[in-house]
Amino acid sequence: MPEQASTIAQQVDALFYYWLGITLFFTVLIVAAIILFVVKYRRRAPGEIPRPIFGSMKLETIWIVIPFLIAMSLFVWGAKVYFAQYRIPKDALDIYVVGKQWMWKMQHPTGQREINELHVPMGRKIRLTMTTEDVIHSFYIPDFRVKMDVVPGRYTQMWFEATKPGRYHLFCAEYCGMNHSRMTGTVIVMRPDEYQAWLSGNTSQLSPAQQGEQLFQTLGCTTCHLNGGRDAGGRGPQLAGIFGKPVQLEGGQTVVADENYLRESILNPSAKIVAGYSAIMPTYQGQVSEEQLLQLIAYIKSLSPQSGNAAMTSANAAQAASSPNGQRR
Amino acid sequence: MSTAVIPVEAKPRTTYLNAGQTLKSWLLTLDHKRIGILYLISVTFFFLVGGIYATLIRLELLTPQGDLVSAQTYNKLFTQHGITMVFFFLIPSIPAVFGNFLLPIMIGAKDVAFPRLNLLSWYVFMTGALFASYAMFAGGVDTGWTFYPPYSTNYANTYVIATGLGIFIAGFSSILTGLNFIVTIHTMRAPGMTWFRLPLFVWAQYATSLIQILGTPVLAITLLLVALERTVGIGIFDPRLGGDPVLFQHLFWFYSHPAVYIMVLPSMGVVSEIIATFSRKPIFGYKFVAFSSLAIAIVGFLVWGHHLFTSSQSVYAGMLFSLLSYAVAIPSAIKVFNWTATLYRGSISYDAPMLYALGFIGLFLIGGLTGLFLAALGLDVHVHDTYFVVAHFHYIMVGGALLAYLGAMHYWWPKMTGRLYPEGWARFAALVVFVGFNLTFFPQFILGYLGMPRRYYTYAPEFQLLHVLSTAGASILAVGFILPAIYLLWSLKKGPIAPADPWLATGLEWRTSSPPPPENFERTPIVTWNAYEFRPQEEAEVIGGGKPDASSLTGE
Repeated sequence: MPEQASTIAQQVDALFYYWLGITLFFTVLIVAAIILFVVKYRRRAPGEIPRPIFGSMKLETIWIVIPFLIAMSLFVWGAKVYFAQYRIPKDALDIYVVGKQWMWKMQHPTGQREINELHVPMGRKIRLTMTTEDVIHSFYIPDFRVKMDVVPGRYTQMWFEATKPGRYHLFCAEYCGMNHSRMTGTVIVMRPDEYQAWLSGNTSQLSPAQQGEQLFQTLGCTTCHLNGGRDAGGRGPQLAGIFGKPVQLEGGQTVVADENYLRESILNPSAKIVAGYSAIMPTYQGQVSEEQLLQLIAYIKSLSPQSGNAAMTSANAAQAASSPNGQRR
Repeated sequence: MSTAVIPVEAKPRTTYLNAGQTLKSWLLTLDHKRIGILYLISVTFFFLVGGIYATLIRLELLTPQGDLVSAQTYNKLFTQHGITMVFFFLIPSIPAVFGNFLLPIMIGAKDVAFPRLNLLSWYVFMTGALFASYAMFAGGVDTGWTFYPPYSTNYANTYVIATGLGIFIAGFSSILTGLNFIVTIHTMRAPGMTWFRLPLFVWAQYATSLIQILGTPVLAITLLLVALERTVGIGIFDPRLGGDPVLFQHLFWFYSHPAVYIMVLPSMGVVSEIIATFSRKPIFGYKFVAFSSLAIAIVGFLVWGHHLFTSSQSVYAGMLFSLLSYAVAIPSAIKVFNWTATLYRGSISYDAPMLYALGFIGLFLIGGLTGLFLAALGLDVHVHDTYFVVAHFHYIMVGGALLAYLGAMHYWWPKMTGRLYPEGWARFAALVVFVGFNLTFFPQFILGYLGMPRRYYTYAPEFQLLHVLSTAGASILAVGFILPAIYLLWSLKKGPIAPADPWLATGLEWRTSSPPPPENFERTPIVTWNAYEFRPQEEAEVIGGGKPDASSLTGE
């Protein structure tokens, strides 16, 4: 058994033991029955023909209904654990992750950057917002029993709460090319005071939101996105306070301004036009890196009173990316 | 099983084997039995190729660091292993070999409905194989057999299109075979051969054919899109062009999950035949077993999303796919229970085919139950893309499909070749395969739960012991495969002459001589009995081409 080093690990293992028990029970039951029959009813004379037995409705019903009910118990339990794994908590520490062939790049909310190492405090919920510069990767920490694919062109999120200080394997679980097996790293879980000390030992950087603010200036976003929006004479919508809020679009649809919406609005601005504005914003595709995008989004989030308050499950993320409104493309 | 001493007849009996001796008579044959043999030789060759890849993979994984081959070569090895085994061995194996050979005989027909189409399907298959082999010799492909973009479309610098084209082409042979079987089963059954008198192997083939016809075109379209994305960048999967890489995963698994049932349903059909024959009992709950094949074929189309639980698919979609995956497990469970019940109060013999069939039940049981670990959403998140998955599908593919293939090979060997194989060696080999298989793949379940990701060229040192066990098992398994290759080939020349019905079995294939005459039967059989109605041997009438003798095998 791997180490149980997160709050979710015990839940996953409990489910595992439950089904392991059932698997053993049925395997022993069937194998014992087969061995018993094969020995007891072995052929004793070359020409013997046993009396045929064609079936039994009663038995068929029993071995359809009982396995079905047992399977449903596993389904319900499995779904429950899944929701715990993928329902992103609200009060979490935001860490941004960018995967590329063949390394993991992380940035802490206070600006510290790491490659293939992730320092996290114990006993605190950590939310990872992840994307990749190239192919699909998958962020996997076996000792935490968590895994989430990292998909180009969108943000995926996962969370965990580490329960034991220590060093844990970080693996890329989705095949990503030549050095896939070397796209590994270490998650270092520290006691909160140690984590604070580690953070303060690396304080030279700006936070992602601060870097985003600088980018916001240098990319010229401020020319159009004024505080107050159209009413204040801005050609683009106001960004303060929009994160996590529904946005009314041209054509009547509404979309929640989550990470994926903001990302799309920067890279492909004409995909979803806010009601009352026109499609004049140029694309920033190719001008901002994945990391800069995350910083811009962190900045927009920081403008929002709801910052850190938007529980975005991967369901929402997927919905936003695949656009149920049909507005996109 | 005894061989009667029969005086050599003056005129050699015509069988499908001696009806024409030239290479041309084989390459242009319209006889379903000869086409089955052509497939047998082709897919066994690809099994050998895939096995060589597997051997190299297991050798590389003996040590945590990369030492035997380079990282790039290792990635090509597991990719080629998967592609060769899935598309050029497992999918055509039982349907195209034993389905072709047996299905018309089992229903009392002279041939399949479209013999020319049948021959064409073999040529199409070989053309596809040619492209895939060209790609392999030119440098191979390193995307994994799953071809996930954007790696396969924008990053891989290997022969993706040539390989994809090979699979694309081979897919049409699968469609043609499926089409042929469905029409044959509907229209060519002998008088009295009603649907519920069909052997369960035929039901399984019918269900398989439905999947081949309905699923394979989707794979063809998907591979075509990958090729278009690679060449002209149509942007369907590339997010920079507004595409969605996860869309590919939906399309790919829409075929590739049902394809698992293309591989395992015919195996279940084989096991039903063998269990009935070697316990001399009708299959318990015939209709339940027959309809469970159809249920698997239909529900199998609705579960593809269980490969995407960690792919950023909506959690609600995940729930639905999990639920449906449990639904598809039930018909499989029905089969296992009914096979076990068939043994009750039977007259069970321990011939090699039966050993394979019993081994199949045990390994399929473990493969199936571990599949339910993977269908449980919260558990799958941890074990997805680890060796747990690798172990699970090898229990289904090798423990299931391959054991059934070997079982079928032994069971129908006397019918196909007219010779008996050496029983003692065959039982020994079956045991070696069983032991070797479990030693190879059981440790991989543990590796997976410990967190060892799949497709890793190097790995953390704590995983080494289990990898060494696995490699040791693989070398035993290899012996288990080499043994039958030797004694089966030996038996072609030296094996005792097989009677028409060496097992005292019931199917129509045992009512004709071994090997059968070109037209299968001398006159159209009229079926007045149900499947698996066992009768004393003297009552069984042989309506094939006369008595077996040595000259009829070689035509000398």
